[in-house]
Amino acid sequence: MLKDKKVVVLGDRDGIPGPAIDECIKSAGGEVIFSTTECFV
Amino acid sequence: MDLENQARIKDLFDKHGAENLVVVLGGAEAEASGLAAETVANGDPTFAGPLAGVQLGLKAYHMFEEEIKGEVDPAVYEEHISMMEMVLDLDAIVKEVKEIREQFTT
Repeated sequence: MLKDKKVVVLGDRDGIPGPAIDECIKSAGGEVIFSTTECFV
Repeated sequence: MDLENQARIKDLFDKHGAENLVVVLGGAEAEASGLAAETVANGDPTFAGPLAGVQLGLKAYHMFEEEIKGEVDPAVYEEHISMMEMVLDLDAIVKEVKEIREQFTT
């Protein structure tokens, strides 16, 4: 499902940060086209 | 969801289309993760941002969901994500995001 897909990553400072998700997506063959880490505080 | 991020997602949707885009969430709890999933699928439910009333129909998955986790290199998942599985309410988050996705996307 991720292979060759363009992926938008919405990380969370109190959950999983964007860069950690990015690494996972890349390992699955997806292309991260936007990644951020939101802060809900 | 952050208003600037809503604008970015709208731009990326216009450029790439829903079929080629997947949103992956890292939210710390179920409600906020569900709201983000709803925002990219059915529009901003708070009617505050650029996606208010805009139904992009994008599918959002939480990083914990098997659809995503199952495709990730297990060593990479272990290094970056596994610890958060132990401290966050995985079952509630997965249930909420899945329900929202199934409700608002085909």
